[in-house]
Amino acid sequence: MMTTANARPADALRADDRPVSTRTPSAGARKIGGVAGWVDDRTGAAKGVGYLMKKVFPDHWSFMLGEIAMYSMIIALISGAFLTLWFVPSMGHTVYDGSYAPLRGVEMSEAYASTLHISFDVRGGLIIRQIHHWAALMFVVAVVVHMFRVFFTGAFRKPRELNWVIGSVLALLAIVEGFSGYSLPDDLLSGTGIRAMQGFVQTAPVIGSYLVYGIFGGPFPGEAIIPRLYSAHILLLPAVIIGLFTAHILLVAIQKHTQYPGPGRTNDNVVGFPVMPVYAAKAGGFFFIVFGVIALIAAVISINPVWGYGPYDPSPVTAGSQPDWYMGFADGALRLLPGWLEFTALGYTLSLNIMPGALILLPLVYVVVGVYPFVERWITGDDREHHLLQRPRNAPVRTAIGMAGITMYSVLMFAAANDIMAIKLHMSINDITYFLRTAFFVAPFIVFWVTKRICLSLQRADRNKVLHQRESGTIIRTPEGAFFERHEGLSEYERWKLVDFEPVAPIQLEQRVDANGVEKPLTGKDRMRARLSRFYFKDAVQPVTPAELAAAHHDGHGHEAIEAGEHAGSVHR
Amino acid sequence: MNALAARRRHPAAIGILLLIGLFLMGAAYAAIAPRPAEAAVSSATQVDEGKQLFLANCASCHGLNAEGRATGAGASVAGPALAGVGAAAVEFQMGTGRMPMRAPAAQAPRDDRIKFTEEQITAIGAYVASLAPGPSVPSEEAVDPARGDAVKGGELFRVNCAMCHNFAGAGGALTRGKYAPALTGVAPKDIYMAMETGPQSMPVFNDTNLTPEAKRDIIAFLTAVNEEPKAGGFTLGSLGPVSEGMFAWIFGLGIMVGCAIWLGNKAA
Ligand code: HEC
Ligand code: HEC
Ligand code: HEM
Repeated sequence: MMTTANARPADALRADDRPVSTRTPSAGARKIGGVAGWVDDRTGAAKGVGYLMKKVFPDHWSFMLGEIAMYSMIIALISGAFLTLWFVPSMGHTVYDGSYAPLRGVEMSEAYASTLHISFDVRGGLIIRQIHHWAALMFVVAVVVHMFRVFFTGAFRKPRELNWVIGSVLALLAIVEGFSGYSLPDDLLSGTGIRAMQGFVQTAPVIGSYLVYGIFGGPFPGEAIIPRLYSAHILLLPAVIIGLFTAHILLVAIQKHTQYPGPGRTNDNVVGFPVMPVYAAKAGGFFFIVFGVIALIAAVISINPVWGYGPYDPSPVTAGSQPDWYMGFADGALRLLPGWLEFTALGYTLSLNIMPGALILLPLVYVVVGVYPFVERWITGDDREHHLLQRPRNAPVRTAIGMAGITMYSVLMFAAANDIMAIKLHMSINDITYFLRTAFFVAPFIVFWVTKRICLSLQRADRNKVLHQRESGTIIRTPEGAFFERHEGLSEYERWKLVDFEPVAPIQLEQRVDANGVEKPLTGKDRMRARLSRFYFKDAVQPVTPAELAAAHHDGHGHEAIEAGEHAGSVHR
Repeated sequence: MNALAARRRHPAAIGILLLIGLFLMGAAYAAIAPRPAEAAVSSATQVDEGKQLFLANCASCHGLNAEGRATGAGASVAGPALAGVGAAAVEFQMGTGRMPMRAPAAQAPRDDRIKFTEEQITAIGAYVASLAPGPSVPSEEAVDPARGDAVKGGELFRVNCAMCHNFAGAGGALTRGKYAPALTGVAPKDIYMAMETGPQSMPVFNDTNLTPEAKRDIIAFLTAVNEEPKAGGFTLGSLGPVSEGMFAWIFGLGIMVGCAIWLGNKAA
């Protein structure tokens, strides 16, 4: 373990640069050193690399969630590069004559034929296709849980708001990237997806049909959409994603990683292992674990069996046509929207039956996610830097808001599977839809309330534990005949994480005075802020203060002699 | 041949030709036309036996003369009229265990516990077919997957059936608890008769919609889908992206987080 201390955040950036060791290197190392030196002489890279190599990384499994995303992304990039060698992004007509007999002689697009070719006639093609698709699904899953981790621990607070925004953009781009890939093979399912997308774009008031013509280069389906999606999928979006991702990682390095509260950890240090060699070994190993798990899944479980769907043709559609899971929430919103949102005024028709779910929801979700840190900062008025994470229970209202948001999102996501649930659970699709419609509005409130209660109870339990320690169930009789229950002590270490969070209180409305001593009137904004602040903090549970601790321990002092080495708790006589 | 040629101007020749022509037409029609005639060839005793079985097992819902019975609640019926549904409908409904329906439900489910013998089902079929002509039970040859073209069948299936039954015949949901069942393990004959009679919410695909050959192609396709090796591995029920997404969340994420925790706990 090593600790790097930094007095002020600004100096802190380079504080863990340490003098280069002067040990004489081995022959092999010298050879590598020679190459490195050659490169360094020409690029001056050693300084930056050395800086990154000596970064200290705190260790916690939840910090690996971002890594799962990173590695899945890399695996998707590598396997995708392999696929580009054979995939033909063209809607040109062809007749299939490959080795998959049930489609031989069927007319189809070259895109679909080349996908079949990869699946059945390219050695290892099918497993790479499946690796690519599973990696894409895992990428977005991991991005989302990584986001949950960052959110619920308050890692997005100053100075990391910027990285949070970059992250939100990445998350949005990741699903757009996924959708563009899903649409490429031109099988019945992906064609249905493109058809749906065309319908969504068309619902934009006034400009919808022009947009569609622009995107498709003419009426649906035309011949342009697959080549266009292809350049977005393999060039444009990956370039932007990799660029933003690099910025994301550099910011993590520059701002340093956050850490959970614990012994010796403060807002001004980072406790953990240096990247080289420990963390690099762990992280490198983890890459292979992620790769291994994805390869294993891809080898065993079929994904997107395009040969089963058949070539795209606008007339048929298959039961169970769904987008990949990350687009599910938008599809689900469409399934839940009632059919009476069409209005006519002044001879114009405004149809809102589809647009809210199709065009508004998707960007809206990511905007709401992106601005959250700024909203919270405004409400709490907290302008300080935070490098210590919060345990989710120690920010009950934020945790509850997050859970409520996840609930809303999940209701929509499950709604996209209403038909599958109907056949698998033997229920009526109508009942499921009515239920989810209600749940969308009601469940978030219930979840909010329950989560907040749970957090507050956990906080109180923590306080109790610190003040009165753990009841051991052991009753002890003193020589004088008195009885008491032994309370098992908490070690300093255990106690640390239970008390290391900041006391909070709602912002008070106070009259402010300007430079001339004239009272400034309270604005509506002030009042709003005070109200929101009360909402966040009115029933906050405060951490145990040293004074409280001392007072509590005073009670138990009489038994310290008996309970040598342990703190005795309060006495019950 | 000479004798025939010599008599071709015989006054009776035209009449004979006409007769031959009519006979050929009739024979061709009999060969091509849907055969409601099954009932005619079944013996009167079979029909009688069928009627007895019908009265005992089916009349409570379908009426004493298979004229249908209302439940009395609005337009709903305990069982619809059966005149004209044909022997094929009876064979399908009873052969797949749907009839006699056990309990009122959104849809009579398939049930493999069939309590009737082949002969009894044929007898009831004969009885129902005797009420009014309807589709008859197809021959073995008409449903033989080996004679069908699975490629064409696949195209027909995607256009006509996949919207309800899913691309791989894994089944799909309809409104209010009704559903198109999975088509795995359905006998070729039952597939044919389902198309012929259109049970419950399924449309009827008569011979002008889908020719008997097209029906056989579809049977060949469904058989091929059932039997082909699953190229990609386990199919997760062929339900599409929903089951894939669920798998990624539960197992993919579960395994990876498990590994992350394990690695995190490993001290350096
Ligand atoms: C519990 C009531 C009930 C019983 C008993 C019952 N049926 Fe039915 N049957 C129905 C209902 C209801 C339907 C309509 C289902 C639908 O089409 O939605 C039906 C439909 C049918 C059909 C399909 C009609 C068509 O239009 O294709 C046939 C054939 C049939 N029944 C035969 C039988 C025979 C034969 C028996 C006795 C062995 C029987 N049923 C017993 C309720 C019953
Ligand atoms: C409108 C939706 C719909 C379409 C289109 C449709 N079916 Fe069906 N199908 C159903 C329903 C509903 C049932 C269940 C009927 C029942 O349980 O009595 C069914 C039942 C069947 C069965 C019986 C399965 C069993 O478990 O016994 C077969 C076979 C079948 N369909 C084949 C087809 C074929 C082949 C096509 C295309 C030519 C087709 N269906 C088109 C809705 C549909
Ligand atoms: C392309 C997708 C993404 C990749 C590959 C990725 C990767 C990473 C990695 C490897 C880390 C450091 C380890 C960790 O804390 O988990 C990290 C940190 C971080 N990520 Fe992401 N991330 C992605 C998307 C997101 C998203 C969607 C958000 C939120 C909207 C986000 C916000 C953050 C923040 C704020 C940090 C700093 C956390 C801290 O220091 O505690 N990231 N990311």
